[in-house]
Amino acid sequence: MSKPKLAINWAASCGGCDMAILELQEKILDVAGAFEIVFWPAAMDVKHKDVEAMEDKSIDVCLFNGAIRSSENEHMAKLLRKKSKVLVAFGSCAHEGCIPGLANLSNKKEVFDYVYKETPSTDNPNNHRPQTEYTVNEGTLKIPSFYDTVKTLGQTVEVDYYVPGCPPVAEQIWSAVEAIMSGNLPEKGSVVGAFSRTVCHECEHKKEEKKIKKFVRPHEIEADWEVCLLEQGIICCGPATRSGCGAQCLKANMPCRGCYGPPPGVKDQGAKLLSAVASVIDADSEEEIERIIDDIPDPIGTFYRFGLPHSTLRRKIIKDDKTNNDRPDNKT
Amino acid sequence: MNTEKFEPKIVAFLCNWCSYTAADLAGTSRTKYAHNVRIIRVMCTGRIDPTFVMKSFRSGADGVMISGCHPGECHYQGGNIKCLRRVVLIKKLLTQFGIEKERLRLIWASAAEGEKIANESNDMTEVLRELGPLELEKIEEVDNVEA
Repeated sequence: MSKPKLAINWAASCGGCDMAILELQEKILDVAGAFEIVFWPAAMDVKHKDVEAMEDKSIDVCLFNGAIRSSENEHMAKLLRKKSKVLVAFGSCAHEGCIPGLANLSNKKEVFDYVYKETPSTDNPNNHRPQTEYTVNEGTLKIPSFYDTVKTLGQTVEVDYYVPGCPPVAEQIWSAVEAIMSGNLPEKGSVVGAFSRTVCHECEHKKEEKKIKKFVRPHEIEADWEVCLLEQGIICCGPATRSGCGAQCLKANMPCRGCYGPPPGVKDQGAKLLSAVASVIDADSEEEIERIIDDIPDPIGTFYRFGLPHSTLRRKIIKDDKTNNDRPDNKT
Repeated sequence: MNTEKFEPKIVAFLCNWCSYTAADLAGTSRTKYAHNVRIIRVMCTGRIDPTFVMKSFRSGADGVMISGCHPGECHYQGGNIKCLRRVVLIKKLLTQFGIEKERLRLIWASAAEGEKIANESNDMTEVLRELGPLELEKIEEVDNVEA
């Protein structure tokens, strides 16, 4: 019997998820032994047309990391969906949008203005911008178009399983791979490679009653290793984040940043976290509360650091973005 | 009725003990007020999860009104203050989302203040009429378009 086929793709992501797979160390040999790896751009030379030539549903498992923010990402998502039996949204970007998803606070025009004009290191006197098509003697060159809004994989195609984490921790990747290999899988659409409680459950800091007079950033104080970081005024996403990572950040006395996404039953991680953090502010008058939350300069970046595209509101409203919206399915 | 006029949709979360009773009083007193308000009764404003606010906006509300007992008069002692803390932070968050903070309003109304519910509803309707409809990006369902 031939080995099951595995594909690993990256879309809008940093490459950390591919690195996380390599972090399996010698177990990567077991993966290579159990699967025939047919597509993995980060590790082997393979072209899109090779995937296009494959038969539909011929890939047994596809680990797709990265968010969808360009026509190329979307094309690969749809192509791999068609070619794969099991499509796994692998890592926070594919699951929830992650850091690339914070681009939903701006749009294509704002991103391009900044990158091609405003950064101090940009030298672009003729204001050149990327074109999606350019004709040279040899023919027409095409590059993918850039979207206004970052989407998750699950908002683009049907996803079978989600593996959260930025990046997923090696042990959890291994348990997810094992589950896939053994065929012992939960219901379609489930999160695999994580647990069902919150990070607080895995965190060893002592938790007592929380009352916050002042929010601080981690570098501003020397945090006590024994006491809950939230009680010390450091915003920790633990109360609204799914467990499974082993509370690694907290073991280094750094706050949870929320990369494992919301726990079961929660759709909007940021709203839940906001609810938890706001309710323990130790003030009763509006002025005093306002003064205390002044210490949170960037609420979206704090509460929705990993999940903005996956959240209820999904993106910032930018009034004039309708004219240059080039995502084909957004056209009215 | 003038069909040209923009009629904002307001979702109002009223606490069971004071404000819902106040709205009831406005009703039994036959006080006329804006029909734009859709009331949802909750046991306490402390029960209002910020997700409710987000979901209201996502589901087509142009504004959200929350009304609870006056500070110090909460049936559960401090639920209304917890709500106040959340609302202050939600407003800051909404501004970052490009949603005007006037679209979320927190008021206190005791069981005797039916008039206040009516006045605040009328006032908020006018404010939202000025602001215009809330236009969030539409969520498309996952499509199975050919690759």
